Amino acid sequence: MSDGTRGTDDRNEPPNDEAALSARLKRLGNRLAQANRSSENGSGPRQTADPSAIARGFRLSTELVAGVLVGAMIGWLLDRWLGISPWGLIIFLLLGFAAGVLNVMRAAGIVRERNLSD
Amino acid sequence: MAVDPIEQFHIQNLFPVAKIGNTEIVFTNSAAFMLAAVLGLTIFLVGATASRSLVPSRLQSAAEIAYEFVATTVRSTAGAEGMKFFPFVFSIFMFVLTLNMIGLIPYSFTVTSHIIVTAALAFTVFFTVLIYGFVRNGWHFFNLFVPKGVPVYILPLVVAIEILSFVSRPISHSVRLFANMLAGHITLQVFASFIILLGTGLGVVGWIGGVLPFLMIVILFALETLVAFLQAYVFAILTCIYLNDAIHPGH
Repeated sequence: MSDGTRGTDDRNEPPNDEAALSARLKRLGNRLAQANRSSENGSGPRQTADPSAIARGFRLSTELVAGVLVGAMIGWLLDRWLGISPWGLIIFLLLGFAAGVLNVMRAAGIVRERNLSD
Repeated sequence: MAVDPIEQFHIQNLFPVAKIGNTEIVFTNSAAFMLAAVLGLTIFLVGATASRSLVPSRLQSAAEIAYEFVATTVRSTAGAEGMKFFPFVFSIFMFVLTLNMIGLIPYSFTVTSHIIVTAALAFTVFFTVLIYGFVRNGWHFFNLFVPKGVPVYILPLVVAIEILSFVSRPISHSVRLFANMLAGHITLQVFASFIILLGTGLGVVGWIGGVLPFLMIVILFALETLVAFLQAYVFAILTCIYLNDAIHPGH
């Protein structure tokens, strides 16, 4: 009811409407500026979500595979150089898997980036 | 007549450039497309910013949109200080985006479907982060690998995992772009070969049936255009996230 009366009032007084509109625009501008400022000053990482589900899924899977691959590669190289086969491969494959899971959790935003506070 | 879906990725030697030892340096079709992308980008950006009018022309506003887009990405992921790296991120984004888009033109060559190219880009980012982070923060940079509040007895394990996680970044960074482009282009080629196989195998009925894979190609092509843009964006945003670690380690 009150909305209806306000609507008719605005229609009857165009200058008032104009003023209200410009005030609202100004408020919106202030809020936008504030939002921009806070996102610029926030020095921490803003892990913005990947824009589509495919990209997100693909990102998570490559993160896991990359971790395991790097672990396997380092383990295999250590085995060859130090002659401790198969221990290097076993240990670094497990570590690599853990690193892959950590990568995935970071990419998904479950663990905060670089801050395992608990 | 089967169509080889991998054939489109073959590197062809165009002409030899130099010879170092026993290794011949050859100008390939891949190099030609990279050169074309760089030249095209340079002409586009120089041409767009030449007039610098207050009311931008169409070309100028395209360049301005590209600038704004990347600048917002850099600011929101790496903070205001990350703008130091804006030229780097912008170059990478525009280069990858142009190569992806050129690759969508039929009969052209997709440079980013070769892992050596994406790996070179990813390792450039990786070493930039490593070197800049170390120069800027000194030994403090390695706090990146030592999370706070972890009990001493499991710290070695956690540090090992953190280092492995850091080292695995360029791999996931490069594989993502490369695999997306490779898979997309193979899919397109396979669906295109269905039309030819149907047509040559079944005659008129086959050609009519070929409408179905053709429709799939149209849909997939739209998807691939999206993926081409998205992967360039993802590559750029991950670059920003990694650079952020060099700028603010261990916060």
